[in-house]
Amino acid sequence: MPELRFKNLTLGYERHPAVHHLEGAVKNGALVAVVGPNGAGKSTLFKGIVGTLKPLAGSIERHGIDGGGIAYLPQVPEIDRSFPIGVYDMVAMGLWRSRGVFGGIAGKDNHAIKAAIAAVGLTGFEHRAIGTLSGGQMQRMLFARLVAQDARLIVLDEPFAAIDARTSTELLALVQRWHAERRTVLAALHDVDLVRAVFPEALLLAREPVAWGPTHEVLTVENLNKARRMCEAFDESAEACAVAAE
Amino acid sequence: MLYENLIAPFADFEFMRRALLGTFAIAFGAPPIGVFLMLRRMSLMGDAMAHAILPGAAIGFLLAGLSLPAMAGAGLIAGFLIAIGAGLIARATPLKEDASLAALFVISLALGVTIVSLKGSNIDLMHFLFGSVLAIDNAALGLILAITSVSLLVLALIWRPLVLDSVDPGFLRSVSRAGGAAHVVFLALVVVNLVGGFQVLGTLLAVGMMMLPAITSRFWARDVTGMIVVAVASALISSYAGLLLSYAADLPSGPAIILVAGLIYLLSVALGPFGGLLWLVWPRRHLEA
Repeated sequence: MPELRFKNLTLGYERHPAVHHLEGAVKNGALVAVVGPNGAGKSTLFKGIVGTLKPLAGSIERHGIDGGGIAYLPQVPEIDRSFPIGVYDMVAMGLWRSRGVFGGIAGKDNHAIKAAIAAVGLTGFEHRAIGTLSGGQMQRMLFARLVAQDARLIVLDEPFAAIDARTSTELLALVQRWHAERRTVLAALHDVDLVRAVFPEALLLAREPVAWGPTHEVLTVENLNKARRMCEAFDESAEACAVAAE
Repeated sequence: MLYENLIAPFADFEFMRRALLGTFAIAFGAPPIGVFLMLRRMSLMGDAMAHAILPGAAIGFLLAGLSLPAMAGAGLIAGFLIAIGAGLIARATPLKEDASLAALFVISLALGVTIVSLKGSNIDLMHFLFGSVLAIDNAALGLILAITSVSLLVLALIWRPLVLDSVDPGFLRSVSRAGGAAHVVFLALVVVNLVGGFQVLGTLLAVGMMMLPAITSRFWARDVTGMIVVAVASALISSYAGLLLSYAADLPSGPAIILVAGLIYLLSVALGPFGGLLWLVWPRRHLEA
């Protein structure tokens, strides 16, 4: 049973499409890399999946993910790093869906939070203020929060940008662990070699979907060149799209 | 000697005891709200809201004289109207919320002063703007105590979404709708606490008890709980020392309290262990690791 199904999906801003007529499905337990140049619509697609951006046309169907919800790592998190809060408390917020506004954080939760922090190698940083973390440590902490969220669907928007090799290798191992646990993972990435090595499935996006399927079939030189020729600018005098709505 | 100076003023005079109880109550309620205003970069919001209360309280005064329930009730309504109005204008026009608040609060101040002058004297006006700590009656005391109790309780209830909405609003939106509700309830707490402070310190100084101790606390604590403890403690000290100062030197008591709070703030800027200027002048040696 497919977990996410895009039906003629168009997402965008002020009527200009940033993802145009996307059709397809992400299967339960899939590990999908979303590849494409800057402005290809990767982040836009993720905002649509998470639900913060409503489709201009078409629809997204989400099956069987209501329980744990979606764990989403945005490209630029809106975190106020000067806020006086520690790593432990930030990771604990990952339990929001099960604990909510009033639920207590009990011994079992404490264990889960510690385990999540250990999984990203931040043990010993529990009481450090988030403002004192390096860029890589910050990303590790956000991954720990994703672990604590325990979601069936995990959406990562450029998780390894500006992260050193060792950190990205360790975080990538976490992504592979999620895949082994039959969670569905979508990740926007620029490193084509990395995608070829780790991700069995890829979606090549250049506003229009260029190709979607097994990675070795999608990431061909021909397809990548086609994606590269995509024009980023919106045409301000564009006509209304002629493709039928349904 | 110590007794005479530090305790006797309160032991001997009932109005001093009432003033102390009233300001202590405010010192427990307002500073925690101020800490969140500061952390949410809304420090000037308190100022704007305090002005917004004035025309409401003035209309209450016009209709019912110096009646506490009328002034507090009407002040509360005016405060909410301005808060909601600023939010609506921010949503419907290109103006940001702080811009529309800045516009609305000077209008409120001018309107309030005008309305008070229609009926009252200059003494009434001074009472409105700067309060009268030494003339708190039982009704006002009851109101302030009730406001502080409710405010602390509600703050405890919205604590988790309020903290998360302050530090990572995007994440909170992705898991819950509680952020918007927490923001609205928090604004209500700001208004309610300022109405309480208005009885004692007037519209212009009420915000002092909210913000000065809160801003001071940043120099003494690293986490929100610690900051709130420091803020309340410094507000308590300001209340006590300010009342003594006004008694001994025959100064107006509201401004005396705020001046003491201001002095503590300046000392903290200079000497505070977290980010005080002292450590710029004499940097401590860095650690091994």
